Amino acid sequence: MKRKHKRLTFVGVALVLLAGAAALVLSAFEENIVFFMSPTDIAANKVSENQRFRLGGLVEEGSVDRSGGETVTFKVTDITNSVAVTYTGILPDLFREAQGVVAEGRLKNGVFVADEVLAKHDETYMPPEVADALKKSGQWHGDEK
Amino acid sequence: MNILHRFANPTRFQRLSKKIEPWVLVLMLLTMGSGLYFALFSSPVDYQQGHTVRIMYIHVPAAWMALFCYTAMAIAAAISLIWKHGLADIAVKATAPIGAAFTFLALVTGSLWGKPMWGTWWVWDARLTSVLVLFFLYLGYMALRDAFDDPARGAKSSAILVLVGFVNVPIIKFSVDWWNTLHQPASVIRMDGPTIHVDMLMPLLLMAFAFKFYYLWVMLVRIRQELMAQRIRALKHRQAIE
Repeated sequence: MKRKHKRLTFVGVALVLLAGAAALVLSAFEENIVFFMSPTDIAANKVSENQRFRLGGLVEEGSVDRSGGETVTFKVTDITNSVAVTYTGILPDLFREAQGVVAEGRLKNGVFVADEVLAKHDETYMPPEVADALKKSGQWHGDEK
Repeated sequence: MNILHRFANPTRFQRLSKKIEPWVLVLMLLTMGSGLYFALFSSPVDYQQGHTVRIMYIHVPAAWMALFCYTAMAIAAAISLIWKHGLADIAVKATAPIGAAFTFLALVTGSLWGKPMWGTWWVWDARLTSVLVLFFLYLGYMALRDAFDDPARGAKSSAILVLVGFVNVPIIKFSVDWWNTLHQPASVIRMDGPTIHVDMLMPLLLMAFAFKFYYLWVMLVRIRQELMAQRIRALKHRQAIE
């Protein structure tokens, strides 16, 4: 075997081993890399009372209640389960019903008390006219994601 | 590998690069000019984000460049380690600051975009964190390369660092699919086709090509410069011996 072939094999084998090691490390740390928990995770009792975590999902349609002045209550859903959230403060521009949201806070008596609410937007981009046309023709899929 | 050897010849490279440089420059100016015009003025606003979506036309091509430059560096580093090509080693060195600059641009524009849309400048989710790691890899490469008295040892050690850091590239690309993140999944390079309207995709792709031509142009200039610097070093060395 020529020297450069030896080096080629060495670099190839090293890269494969490295990729394997990285995959093992990342899967071991899976729970820490995940940015937020879903309402289903909470239903499965994955978090304890008073533990600080982030909750992510869609804002349930018709659940937003702004009657409390600065304090807003809404429900975060992942279609299967939903969690009631209360938040005092300014919501981001993209916050609306059926839109993705990530809230940080604690569970208190089954209600998630958030001290930070971030909007999560989806990967769809289109002009407003196209969005209107899609809604009119009943081809709208954007909000279900 | 014969083709590689043909074009790895420095004299032939210099002749060829001088010939194609003006063409690359013209292509870059054309794509950058038209891309910026469409991106900033004539492309439609987004149905949710309004005018803020225009940050995308800089942010996304810059982020693609961040990954593209690192991949190019990893390929060149492998060629330089295995086949000992001087030109490949120069290509790694010349790419690093360009990649670092585009990564920085992607991080800054992403932050400026995150504040109005998400409500935060920065979060430690998998996508943002892995891109920050990429930025540090670029800086680490540049620091390591210059940390040795013997340039050959610096080139070899830093090439190994580039190859090891390459595991981060697929992690960045698939971070939004493997874990739930605040950053949304891919809109353009995905299995079921783009989820971005064609009127917005066109300026985005124009900008992506403009950045690629910019890279090509800067590379031609930087590699020629580095070859010249090597020749000067060799001449000085010979003079010192005489």
